Amino acid sequence: MSTIQAAAGPGTSRAPRRGRRGEGQRQSVAGWLFVTPTLVVLGLFLAIPIAMALWVSFSDWNGRGNPFSSRVNLVGAQNYAALLTEPGLSRQDFMISLRNTFYYVIGVVPLQTVLALSLAVIVNQRFLKGRSFFRTAFYFPSVVSSVAISLIFLFLFTGTGAINQFLSVFGIDGPTWFSDPRGLIHLVGDWIGLWNGNRPPAALENTQVLSLSLWEWLSGPSVAMSAIMLQVIWTTAGTFMLMFIAGLQDLPTEVEEAAMVDGANRWQRFRAVTLPHLRPTILLVVTLGMIGTWQVFDQMYVMTQGGPAKTTLTPAYLSYTVAFNQNQWGEGAAMAFLLFMLIFVLTSVQRFWLRDKDVARERKAERAQRRAAKKAVKA
Amino acid sequence: MSDRTSTRVEEAKVQTAAATAEVTALGGGPRANDGGSVVDRSGPGKRLVVYAALLVFALVYIYPFVVQVSTAFKTNADAVANPLRIVPDPITTAAFARIAETDFPLWFMNSVIVTLCVTLGRVFLDSLAGYSLARLKYRGRDALFTAILAVMAVPGVVLLIPKFLVLNYLGIYNTYPALIVPLLVDAAGVFIMKQFFESIPPSVEEAARIDGAGTFRIFWSIVLPMAKPAVITLTILAFQGSWNELPHFIIATDDPKLFTLTRGVAQLTSGGLGSGNQFPISMAAALLMTIPTALVFIIFQRYFTQGANAGAEKG
Repeated sequence: MSTIQAAAGPGTSRAPRRGRRGEGQRQSVAGWLFVTPTLVVLGLFLAIPIAMALWVSFSDWNGRGNPFSSRVNLVGAQNYAALLTEPGLSRQDFMISLRNTFYYVIGVVPLQTVLALSLAVIVNQRFLKGRSFFRTAFYFPSVVSSVAISLIFLFLFTGTGAINQFLSVFGIDGPTWFSDPRGLIHLVGDWIGLWNGNRPPAALENTQVLSLSLWEWLSGPSVAMSAIMLQVIWTTAGTFMLMFIAGLQDLPTEVEEAAMVDGANRWQRFRAVTLPHLRPTILLVVTLGMIGTWQVFDQMYVMTQGGPAKTTLTPAYLSYTVAFNQNQWGEGAAMAFLLFMLIFVLTSVQRFWLRDKDVARERKAERAQRRAAKKAVKA
Repeated sequence: MSDRTSTRVEEAKVQTAAATAEVTALGGGPRANDGGSVVDRSGPGKRLVVYAALLVFALVYIYPFVVQVSTAFKTNADAVANPLRIVPDPITTAAFARIAETDFPLWFMNSVIVTLCVTLGRVFLDSLAGYSLARLKYRGRDALFTAILAVMAVPGVVLLIPKFLVLNYLGIYNTYPALIVPLLVDAAGVFIMKQFFESIPPSVEEAARIDGAGTFRIFWSIVLPMAKPAVITLTILAFQGSWNELPHFIIATDDPKLFTLTRGVAQLTSGGLGSGNQFPISMAAALLMTIPTALVFIIFQRYFTQGANAGAEKG
């Protein structure tokens, strides 16, 4: 803009001003015109759907006809109540799905983060030959369709499949992975003699919390779910590895050199220099991991359909089947909103938890200083 | 409120940086301290450990794909009896012949159509919106951007039922538009483009404006060509996203004629072939649907390396 004025010179100041106004108008028209398609699509398929689903989650719509017609009744918070407060099959299924996904998330997120970081550190070694080949190999599963990967893992993990044949080399009799509903914590407890898996302790089995017994809550991920967890960790680590590589390559070499000069060994350097430097990346990876894992759907749709014995049921898959197969749209929509809120709360909590404590401390100190200064002035 | 927005912006920024880093890291573009000045004192012991770890990981990452390819050429009996063996005995293409008899070719065509439309649409519309938000001055721009960032925070799976409701309400359920239109714009893509456009010096556009070029012409023939790296990043993400998309296609149609590869193959293997585990067929199907991804991945990687290097030379 200033170029135009400068070029026009002081003598013709009126003309450029008009020109500028015309230009401003033109920009404003073009600006809105350019974002309109984006707004229409996002509005139609994001904003309006959310509003519609909120409506449906408070109604008894059965999937037939218009959800806004007079034949559809508003039922208040009944769908939410069926999932949260009223004992019954709906709540039991929902609680099972939450339990399954909880174990899934606390298994997958830490392991995929650690695997991604390990891969990044290994691939980032300077002396390594063919680094880009390995980077590509580790990243490739991330770009392949989850359906294709699921098919491969279904084959690898069948009873007589590659994994069990490999295990049998070491004399291990592998389970029938995808049809094994036994919980890992149950199995471990049995193995170390804490309890007998066939006759669970009465105290645990007879105490019901939210439609599930304590024994059921404590199951851990089932063997089938563990196989899916292994697959997801394997698949997604590549993406996060690239984020860690970017973080590692931004590490100033002088800092490492200084640490070396100070005589820090490799592990000390990693703990004291590299890890703190990677803190924002770790936060990002864990957050993205949490958001992604709570939504797990594809694998259940392709591989297990929630089975065996509902041990791979997840909220996302359950809300889909409840709505599309059982025509209980209100309940399905309510479940989707509960999942949304859960993800939102968890990521907020976790962001607060993992926030940069130095910055927080500095801010606190600053505030304290300011207060002290004010007091001093008053005095 | 503003605090939350700013953290969201921060997050999105890192995300964008990661997406770009993804391509850069893969392309092996020039990096500041690649083989930097630190004297490498890694002894042979350390190297051995690193190479051993690398070997294990490489095996874990490559072997499943090897099994996939070899099983696709096995007989069913051979696949069940010798899942670990790499060389099929006998080698057969029966699985592929069997796939050709199914609706697989139709699904493939549908996937190609949907992916082409979505990729072209996304790259164009995201750039257009990104340019508007980065460069054009008008009232309400910042509010718009905040709204788009807020949209990015909504988890996708939560939208399955809602999206079906709208498609059904609009009467486009079970049509191609239902498969394509909802995927045409993604907020993350708008963000990537906006970030990139902001890094281009405005002087270029001002010169063109003085010459009397219209806003769209400036965008189309001057700014967009300069944004090639970002456009390529977006193309890769859009292709990969739409080719691999499954949940949206599940809720957008139940008409077998409109099935895409992901939907069709998922159904094919869960009982669509009748009784028994037909592993060679599912491996062949998985292989066929992976080949286009692999090709685009390899081709664009090279392309990107060239682009990055050319940019570095000019600078």
